[in-house]
Amino acid sequence: MSQVDFKAVLSLARGYRFQWEESQNNHVLLYPEGMVQLSDTAAAVLSLCNGQRTVEAIVAELEEDYETDGLSEDVISFLEEAQEQGWIQYA
Amino acid sequence: MPKIPSPLWLLAEVTHSCPLQCPYCSNPLQLVPKKDELDTEGWLKVLHQARKLGAAQLGFSGGEPLVRKDLEVLIAEARKLGYYSNLITSGVGMDAARVENFRELGLDHIQVSFQADDATLNDYLAGTNAFQHKLDMARAVKASGYPMVLCFVIHRQNTDRVAQMLDLAAELQADYVELATTQFEGWALANRDHLLPTLEQVREAERVAHQYQEKYKGKMKIFYVVPDYYENRPKACVAGWGRVFIAVAPDGLVLPCHSARSLPDLELHNVRDRDLDWIWYESKAFNYFRGEDWMKEPCRSCDEREKDFGGCHCQAFKLTGDAKNADPTCAKSPHHHLIEQAIDTSRLNPNSSKPLLFRKRQINANLS
Ligand code: SF4
Ligand code: SF4
Repeated sequence: MSQVDFKAVLSLARGYRFQWEESQNNHVLLYPEGMVQLSDTAAAVLSLCNGQRTVEAIVAELEEDYETDGLSEDVISFLEEAQEQGWIQYA
Repeated sequence: MPKIPSPLWLLAEVTHSCPLQCPYCSNPLQLVPKKDELDTEGWLKVLHQARKLGAAQLGFSGGEPLVRKDLEVLIAEARKLGYYSNLITSGVGMDAARVENFRELGLDHIQVSFQADDATLNDYLAGTNAFQHKLDMARAVKASGYPMVLCFVIHRQNTDRVAQMLDLAAELQADYVELATTQFEGWALANRDHLLPTLEQVREAERVAHQYQEKYKGKMKIFYVVPDYYENRPKACVAGWGRVFIAVAPDGLVLPCHSARSLPDLELHNVRDRDLDWIWYESKAFNYFRGEDWMKEPCRSCDEREKDFGGCHCQAFKLTGDAKNADPTCAKSPHHHLIEQAIDTSRLNPNSSKPLLFRKRQINANLS
């Protein structure tokens, strides 16, 4: 299944910026000459990919925020997709 | 009429001055002289107004934006306002220290353009010795923590070297490479007979690009777009007129697409006289090709009109005399033979009798 290393620290890929866009009422990811609008869950995960947290810590923090457990699989599959898209990198 | 969306992209063409003389330059033949350029204050106003309208992506282009001594001021303000700012440059006019400073001021991305993969052809096309410096700058950009984004403008004179261009990019460890086919506007249109690649060249470049895309998957992203002359369908110019894109020319003229200056009847406005909000929502120019009421046949009843909005209106105007005609690169256009003719002409006279027209070098005249 997944190749994600739980101990690895995640950050956004070079040149990517995550921010709230008031006029779109949405979180967005900005990159060279482009932009994607993010769903709330994508935004929640990406906001934590800031070069300071491991995958494990990100999952734990989200589980706490959403007052649930068992988010691990969802987070991992999103991270795989995000990496495929080139949005994130492992520090 | 559906609600007008807010713009996402601001292109700030801060100057037409440029130390290079590329014959494929898409700037208009009538370059805006330095003395008519907006001053720092003027550009700051543009940045504020466009951000308030909703623009999130900002491109600094030109000409060569590095010619502006106040670029640093604009970059810092752009960061403060929350723009994602892109610098589109030939690399001439900066050194590693200036790059580093841009980084500190919050510039997000630098795209360095190349004329070719080797010094001789590059410097011939640029009309100046710039190749070595460009290599240094591409490296400096990456060393500063930016992604390395390279752009090769391709046309008949260099398209056979796409493989070598991509080899060079790989050697430099580029993150993104854009193989941008010359758009036939401004100086490029004047030089079309020299620059339009043949069908064989286009297909070969496409094949090579795909091969390298496979080879460097996950390492280096390669973008190659087939030139519209060979597509049978036009490109959706600026993603649809008045939908996402706003360009401001060096003199403050606000344009729905960067070559719109050449279109008649638009009634373009200048940021010195009107604010961007009014220009975007109310002006005749920005509403001119919004929606579909303006369309003629074959676009009006075409089931692809949502996709390309009739193509490039400037191209329609320059080649057919009426901007409301379908872009003649479309095979459904009754003027499509004009494109076929251009292709035939360029094939028959690979060495056109007209001399290659190098862009006027404007920078020397600007020292005053
Ligand atoms: S002359 Fe070349 S480098 Fe200068 S603005 Fe035109 S295309 Fe760009
Ligand atoms: S006819 Fe007009 S709308 Fe249809 S594909 Fe051609 S340019 Fe686009």
